[in-house]
Amino acid sequence: MTTTEETPMGFGRMHRKEDARFLRGRGNYVDDVTLPGMVHGAVLRSPYAHAKIVSIDTSAAEAHPKVLAVITGETLAGLNLAWMPTLSGDVQAVLATDKVRFQGQEVAFVVAEDRYSARDALELIDVDYEALAPVVDARKALDPGAPVVRDDLEGRTDNHIFDWETGDKARTDEVFAAAEVIASQDMLYPRVHPAPMETCGSVADMDPVTGKLTIWTTTQAPHAHRTLYALVAGLPEHKIRVVSPDIGGGFGNKVGIYPGYVCSIVGSILTGKPVKWVEDRSENLMSTSFARDYHMHGEIAATKDGRILAIKVKVLADHGAFNGTAQPTKYPAGFFGVFTGSYDIEAAHAEVTGVYTNKAPGGVAYACSFRITEAVYLVERLIDVLALDLGMDPAELRMRNLLQPDQFPYQSKTGWEYDSGDYPRTLRLALEMAGYDELRAEQARRRESGGQDLMGIGLAFFTEAVGAGPRKHMDILGLGMADSAELRVHPTGKAVLRLSVQSQGQGHETTFAQIVAEELGISPDDIDVVHGDTDQTPFGLGTYGSRSTPVSGAATAVVARKVRERAKIVASAMLEVSTDDLEWEKGRWFVKGDPEAGKSIQDIAMAAHSNLELPDGVEGHLDATCVYNPPNLTYPFGAYICVVDVDAGTGQVKVRRFIAVDDCGVRINPMIVEGQVHGGLADGVGMALMQGMAFDEDGNHLGGSFMDYLLPTSMECPSWELGETVTPSPHHPIGAKGVGESATVGSPAAVVNAVLDALKPFGVRHADMPLTPAAVWCALQGRPIRTDLAIT
Amino acid sequence: MRITVTVDGTQYSDEVEPRTLLVHYLRETLGKVGTVIGCDTSNCGACTVHLNGQSVKSCSVLAVQADGCEITTIEGLARDGQLHPVQQAFHDNHALQCGFCTPGMIMQSIDLLADNPDPDEKAVREGLEGNLCRCTGYQNIVRAVRDAAQHMSPGAGPEAERVDGSGVREPSAIGGE
Repeated sequence: MTTTEETPMGFGRMHRKEDARFLRGRGNYVDDVTLPGMVHGAVLRSPYAHAKIVSIDTSAAEAHPKVLAVITGETLAGLNLAWMPTLSGDVQAVLATDKVRFQGQEVAFVVAEDRYSARDALELIDVDYEALAPVVDARKALDPGAPVVRDDLEGRTDNHIFDWETGDKARTDEVFAAAEVIASQDMLYPRVHPAPMETCGSVADMDPVTGKLTIWTTTQAPHAHRTLYALVAGLPEHKIRVVSPDIGGGFGNKVGIYPGYVCSIVGSILTGKPVKWVEDRSENLMSTSFARDYHMHGEIAATKDGRILAIKVKVLADHGAFNGTAQPTKYPAGFFGVFTGSYDIEAAHAEVTGVYTNKAPGGVAYACSFRITEAVYLVERLIDVLALDLGMDPAELRMRNLLQPDQFPYQSKTGWEYDSGDYPRTLRLALEMAGYDELRAEQARRRESGGQDLMGIGLAFFTEAVGAGPRKHMDILGLGMADSAELRVHPTGKAVLRLSVQSQGQGHETTFAQIVAEELGISPDDIDVVHGDTDQTPFGLGTYGSRSTPVSGAATAVVARKVRERAKIVASAMLEVSTDDLEWEKGRWFVKGDPEAGKSIQDIAMAAHSNLELPDGVEGHLDATCVYNPPNLTYPFGAYICVVDVDAGTGQVKVRRFIAVDDCGVRINPMIVEGQVHGGLADGVGMALMQGMAFDEDGNHLGGSFMDYLLPTSMECPSWELGETVTPSPHHPIGAKGVGESATVGSPAAVVNAVLDALKPFGVRHADMPLTPAAVWCALQGRPIRTDLAIT
Repeated sequence: MRITVTVDGTQYSDEVEPRTLLVHYLRETLGKVGTVIGCDTSNCGACTVHLNGQSVKSCSVLAVQADGCEITTIEGLARDGQLHPVQQAFHDNHALQCGFCTPGMIMQSIDLLADNPDPDEKAVREGLEGNLCRCTGYQNIVRAVRDAAQHMSPGAGPEAERVDGSGVREPSAIGGE
């Protein structure tokens, strides 16, 4: 164990407990699970984006000697499972019955003795489709006469899903009407995919004797899944055990329930055997939750000398064929409302319209903190557009408008209460680390000398909103967004902490033990952290939206404090003094004024389980539970600066440097925070420069494999330069804020701003992500391309 | 058809279908699930193992092609409870998060250190280009590989891989013939 000198027990750069198994290939991921008699499932998928299913002939597949079952939408309809509810209160086809509505949609499920035979049998299923015109371009989804994607919904005659607005429209219009300067920009945050290294999968085991269903599955929210299975399948909830074992990355991809999971359950019910289903990469990219796909029109009003006054936005949100977006019920556009960013403005207003298209469902995923990626990208691009129009330095423009430390807690114009921040200090640190003035001087020299070798400097200053959330306002399908912790100290002073959240690599087994260690003085190595098994852990909503530290981290600190208070009573009985006479130092209670007379937490644990006489009403043992209902979100923030070199001849962008200063309040484990930031910055570089999922006019998904959907490798990523400031969250028990998604939220704008800064002398105002060499080259030629469509 | 392979120092002989991928043979027939699958187009490198001392993506090798070969997987690296220096360096430098790319990343790192015992940052990044990671942003992996290099005798190559005791790297049994 490694800890920092200042904090020998709890917080510090402790190396990870979970590494031991992963380093040796001894992790236990879903596809590693093997059960007696286990068989394999595979999904037949639609080749069309939009087509009527005329007939499905499964006879040849059923005749395959190794096939146990072929399940179609008709089979599921008989069980009332052909459709399932989504996290947005829509329904999604498990297996298509009437029509297919996106390419890659699930049409049939084969169960066979082995993985290869299951795939063989897919080839033997004969589906007769009648192709229909698809809705591919979201901007035409509401045109009169556009094909209706969801004719399954009663009375549905168009592709409109919802309208949502936030802010004060009248006041915003007033400010705009009087403003000296208005800058505006259309921008697309294109459809991307979280693409965790491990795809989605499940092993479902319905025990015909006990009637208990156990499902090992790639889920970030095992308890929510259990409840949903109970509601959807009509199984009693105590007869369902969801186990989320080691998860090979989630990034929001593994929040929702996918048809493959349901099919593996049905397969197990029908065959009486455990059924494993693990999707391929292409299936993962084509059918599971995409991210973004926001078409945004933003306007920013300001004075001539660069005082920002107001922002207004109109968004067209492409949600695909089923509204499966994961977000709290009252927030159909997630937390896009924080689009006013880090700036002190007078008024703001946003309108978001969601539409159906013939594409896979999703939207909220990929470290977006419920659409804050989009919100931050919008405001940080608008600031740069305004700086361009005003002829001002983008750093200076930001510095002039940042919220000041004495304004916190700050009530934003769209109703968010930012908890704490010292933005100018953080931006100044980033500018210093970058050597900003020298960089601008170098850029000026390069521009004077002309040539093809361009240089760009991009900034982003972001405010995140993570830790959903207060249950009064935030629920998912009626389940309030509180989370729990249970702590039990064993007689010998070792402990087990049970969590409702579920790590997918973020290091919870280490950091949550550190929180308990800090509160109780038990070594983190002596604390086992259990998560992911609904039979073993308390109820909660899981890990996404950087909510683990804000919600479950708080629950963990509170539960440890409860145990500490119980320990105080036991210590008072041991020491035969009043509890009022006891004082705590990390790891022991001692008598005030007599430090020698004390009992360690380990001694107290043993005594709590002994025949020691305790006061009336004190039950003995040393344990506690906590359900933490957060009073507010946490608002981490950061200042990012990206430096790029662009080859004007080829459009190739090289990220030369990336400076990231993050403030997430108290850092439980700085080493792990840095790792989270590194990963998120790579996401940002990938999204800004490489990752794109476009569609052709027939709705064919382009970018449906790693041959075309390009993720950054070690070669595209620079050595990240990190800095930190610490502005604790005043409402959080240990002052910690979430951070996992900050870098993914903040970095794309910095990279794009850098590339467009490089292109500034060529009169380029904006170009959409991904800024591939082709896109940059086209922008330089004055031929902007649409990155969401193959047809331009 | 019947194949005989040595995996992590133990000899196995099994009937396999000719179409069976090496990664599936390792995982499903031998139960060596430390080697994992991250894609279907040979891009990600999560399935990287050593075949006769050289790294290969085991999703792109048929099990029958490995007949008569020696294979080292992530599970064969630690000896007598001691981590291989590259495993240790990954831990020390926080070069893993979800752990899914880690087995392949470590096998590839050992291969690159065998070729270049003291790589600079650029050489490490080039050497790992065939291995995708979604969690770490690569920097701590690069740091770990360079750290490991400092803990391994230059030029000696990794001891754990010298299963035949010669330490000589033979050309790959497949692909070149």
